[in-house]
Formats: sequence, C-alpha cells, structure tokens
Amino acid sequence: MSLATRSLPRTIGAHAILLTYTVIALFPVILVIMNSFKSRAGIFGAPLTPPTPKTFDLIGYTTVIGQGDFIHYFQNSLVVTVASLFFVLLFGAMAAFALSEYRFRGNTLMGLYLALGIMIPIRLGTVAILQLMVASGLVNTLTALILVYTAQGLPLAVFILSEFMKQVSDDLKNAGRIDGLSEYTIFFRLVLPLVRPSMATVAVFTMIPIWNDLWFPLILAPSEETKTVTLGAQLFLGQFVTNWNAILAALSLAIMPVLILYVIFSRQLIRGITSGAVK
Amino acid sequence: MGSLVIENVKKAFGPVEVLKGINLEVTDGEFVVFVGPSGCGKSTLLRVIAGLEDSTSGRVVIDGADVSATPPAKRGIAMVFQTYALYPHLTVKNNMGLGLKQAGTPAPEIDRRIGIASSMLSLEPYLERRPAELSGGQRQRVAIGRAVVREPKLFLFDEPLSNLDAALRVNTRLEIAQLHRRLKATMIYVTHDQVEAMTLADKIVVLNAGRIEQIGGPMELYNSPANEFVAGFIGSPKMNFIDGARLGETAKTIGVRPEHLTVDAKSGAWKGTVVHAEHLGADTNLYLDCEKAGLITVRIFGVYDAEPGATLYATPEPGKTYRFGADGKTIK
Repeated sequence: MSLATRSLPRTIGAHAILLTYTVIALFPVILVIMNSFKSRAGIFGAPLTPPTPKTFDLIGYTTVIGQGDFIHYFQNSLVVTVASLFFVLLFGAMAAFALSEYRFRGNTLMGLYLALGIMIPIRLGTVAILQLMVASGLVNTLTALILVYTAQGLPLAVFILSEFMKQVSDDLKNAGRIDGLSEYTIFFRLVLPLVRPSMATVAVFTMIPIWNDLWFPLILAPSEETKTVTLGAQLFLGQFVTNWNAILAALSLAIMPVLILYVIFSRQLIRGITSGAVK
Repeated sequence: MGSLVIENVKKAFGPVEVLKGINLEVTDGEFVVFVGPSGCGKSTLLRVIAGLEDSTSGRVVIDGADVSATPPAKRGIAMVFQTYALYPHLTVKNNMGLGLKQAGTPAPEIDRRIGIASSMLSLEPYLERRPAELSGGQRQRVAIGRAVVREPKLFLFDEPLSNLDAALRVNTRLEIAQLHRRLKATMIYVTHDQVEAMTLADKIVVLNAGRIEQIGGPMELYNSPANEFVAGFIGSPKMNFIDGARLGETAKTIGVRPEHLTVDAKSGAWKGTVVHAEHLGADTNLYLDCEKAGLITVRIFGVYDAEPGATLYATPEPGKTYRFGADGKTIK
C-alpha cells in the first residue's frame, strides 16, 4: 500500500529515530526503578540486569518507609507543589487576563516587567530572599517555599497565558457583559474554561522544577519538619557510605506523584472544549 | 419605548480618531442599518451604544435617559454578535436565560419568555443541547433568541450574517425582517453588505472614516445620494464615475449607474470596446473601454451576447446621471 503521505522506508526511519530517543530518555529512569528492587550486591554486581529471584530485594523500600519521616517528606513536597501550582495558575491567569483584556496606561510595560523574571534566575536573589524570610520569621516553614515558588513560576505563566487569553473571542466576553455578568464571572466561567489546555501546559512546566528543586528547601526549610523528598533523599548520601538501595527507592517513589499530576494535566492538554462557542 | 439619540459622539484610540462627531436620532420601532467600508467606525459606534466602549466625548441617550455612564447590562439593550458568542458550557435554554437570571427575573417568567422566543425561532427541539451540537444557522438563531428574551428597548446586531453561508444568510435575513415586524422593536444593525442594508432598513446610515455621509431611506440613498461616496457605495455593480472635463461638462465628476446605461451596436453617446462580459442569467454585466468615458460597467437585464473585442455604443438614460462638484457633493 503506498499512500501519498506515507512510504515504508520513511515510516521505519521515523520510528527508528523516535524509538532511539525514547530509549535514551527512559534509560536512566528504568535503571533507577530496576535497581531499586535489587539487593546491594545485585546493584553493584550487575547494575544493568533486571532483578532476578536471587537479587530481588525490597530492602531499599523498607528502609525508606521504615525511616518513618519519609511519608512526611512526601506530604511536604506535595503540599508545596500543589499550593504553589494553585497560586501560580490563579495569579498568573488573572494577571494575564488583565494584560490582554484591559487597555490601561503602562499595559505593555507591565507585561514586560512581569515577563522579565523568565530571563533572570530567581536563585540570584537567594541571599536577599533568605534575609527576607529570616526577617519575616518564615524560615523553616512551607509558606516560605510556596511564596518563592509562586514568584518563580509566575513570569512564564503570565507570558504564556496572556498570549492565549488574547485569542479568546471578544464577542463572548462582551455577550457576558451585556448579560450582566461581573468581570470575575466572565473570567472564571467563560475565559478560564476556554484556556484550560494552556493552563495545563503552564501547570506541567511549573510543577516539575518545583518538585525536583533541592536548592530552596536546603536553604529556606532544612528542618526535619519541613524537609521535602529531594532533600530527604540526601539523608542516604554519606561522605563515606551511601545507601544506594534507599536512594534509588526514594527516587522511584518520588517519580509517582508527578507522574500522576502529569497524567491529569495532559488529559486537559488534549481536550479542547472551545468548539461551539464561536465559529 | 425604544428611542435613541446620539449627540456629537467622538471616540479616539490613542491618537487615532475612529468616530469624529456622530449625531443621530432613532425613533421608536425603527430599523436602522449602519453601513460602510471596513474601518469606517460602524462597529465602534455600535459598541459605544451598547456601552462596551466608552466614548471619548458626547452623549448616548436611550429613551430619554442619558446612559453614557451606565454599564451595558443596565442599558436595556440586547446584542447579537457576528461570532454568535454563545456560552459553550450552557445549554440553549440556559444561554437564553442567563441574562434574565442575572437580572433577578423569577424563574416562571424566564421560562415563559424562553418559550415564546424559542417557538418564534423554531428552537424548541434544541433547548437542551449545547452550542457545540448545533449548526451555524441554529447557533445564530439561539443568539437572536438570547436577545429576544430580554425584551430590550434596543436590539443591536453586529454583522450577524457574516459567518453564515449564502443560502442561510438569505433565510436568516428574512427571519430578522419578520422578527422586526412582529416585535415592532427598535433595531440597530451593522453590516458592510449593502444588500442587507437595502433589504432590511427603514433608515440607512452611511458611515465613512468616522463620519456620517448620509442618512436616509434605501430608495432615497439610491435615487438621490448626497455625495460621490454614497453614490459609489450604494448600488451594485458600483456607479460609473467619469471625469467631467472629458465629457465637456462643468461638473468635476459625472456619475451613471450601470443599470441606467443602454447599449447599441450602431450608434450612441460613447463608443467603446467590450473588455469582459459577465453572464449571470437574469442580467449581464459588460465592461466597456470607451474613448470618451474610460472603463465603464453596463448592466443589461436579461441575456445579451457580446464577445470581448466587439464595438458597442453606450448611452446614459436621460435624467439618470449625477453630477458631483470638486468637493464630492452632489450638484442638484
């Protein structure tokens, strides 16, 4: 069968390239998960083989869970990520709506100012942030992390969302105004559902750096109470002895929540509900 | 209960002046059409009336009350948009009822009005559907229904037929005309299509570059245009404009409508060659390159055989030519 848009060699070529890339991208993840189910001797003896009945060992997981606090670390990570995500999306979308919808003096300038953060890494301000947190008594609280991550995520969120908000039909918003809907109702009920796919994109981009971050938890909230998973896993990294079983198990577990959040958001990415609103 | 007065309304976006002082009076029950080329300010004027844009200066008075500072929902208006602008998450019924619900109308009253509007627009079978499950024509009827249930003082239509295909456009045009007759409501309708303007309007307002060029009934505009712009804009094919000097006239420009020209193979006023012929069945449009008059269009009713390259004589019907001065105004 030879169709105009398909030829066998090209299909094979494309798939070969994509499969190679997939293998390269997934290799470290699979290696981590595989080895997390092996005994210490198994990990060092044959790191590239899957667990066999001889090398299979759950010691890593029992260590991690037995450590007790790990559940707590997970909770911290989840609270920080979800709360930051919520604020980034809420404030980002509101700012984007204002920038794209209302004409006011300094609109463009404000847009540039809000987008500036994309180019300047927030870590440059670590010292100032730490001083600020010390002064406001927020050191070793999850609030500190949530505030920093919200600030970190906002520029990109505002930038991406304002582009998408511009595409929402003016007629629809005006119809709402004529029907007497408040600007908040127009924003939450008419505009937000229409930009849901772009919100999901922003959510994914925002979520992963937050979940994986080691820097700010280490500096702002290193106490036992507020440790996140990435910081908690450092527990098993010693200067002389490293508990590889536990580290690999902790990392494997840490993948799960982000994976679940990602699946939730990616469903939104696919679903477009704009049809029927305007032609 | 639906009069509108616009007093010296101006609107500027930054340095760009879109409306340069509009004065207009609409009496109760009138169907007024704003027509003009793209960018003439007709949609902006409609938005100012609706309250979706603030005017830079001037007053908008609906039913004797100055509404210049009143939000859109409180002006007693309803608007139908070009892109339908239905709420995608609501059913047809809720789409129509939302405005009333926001205004605190009791539920039985909302149901009664939806019932009347949906039977008027034959939307009853679709009341529980969402906009995505409707065709283009149905969606536009829902949008019109949403306006009808509000029982507004003023209906505003913003190019409501532009997104429909040709056949549906004629149908919906008819429905809007019938709706106006039944409701006897004041309607303001924006379009760039002069056929819609001519067929629907009691009164046409021709706009150009932020100014009103002429206000009048369809036949008034056709028979006695105030200036060259209106003469060229109303009527299809467009009026022929001929340099007065070439014809030995004192007027700057002479205008003749294509349908007011007759052709003859033997003799006539202007000798020319056929450049192109469009055969439409009911009429034939000939493009003639004349020695005296330049390129002109002639509209002949019925079938007329003319090959490109043939020589024909065109003659304007007596008393059907227009004379325009150097300022573009019609010389009476």
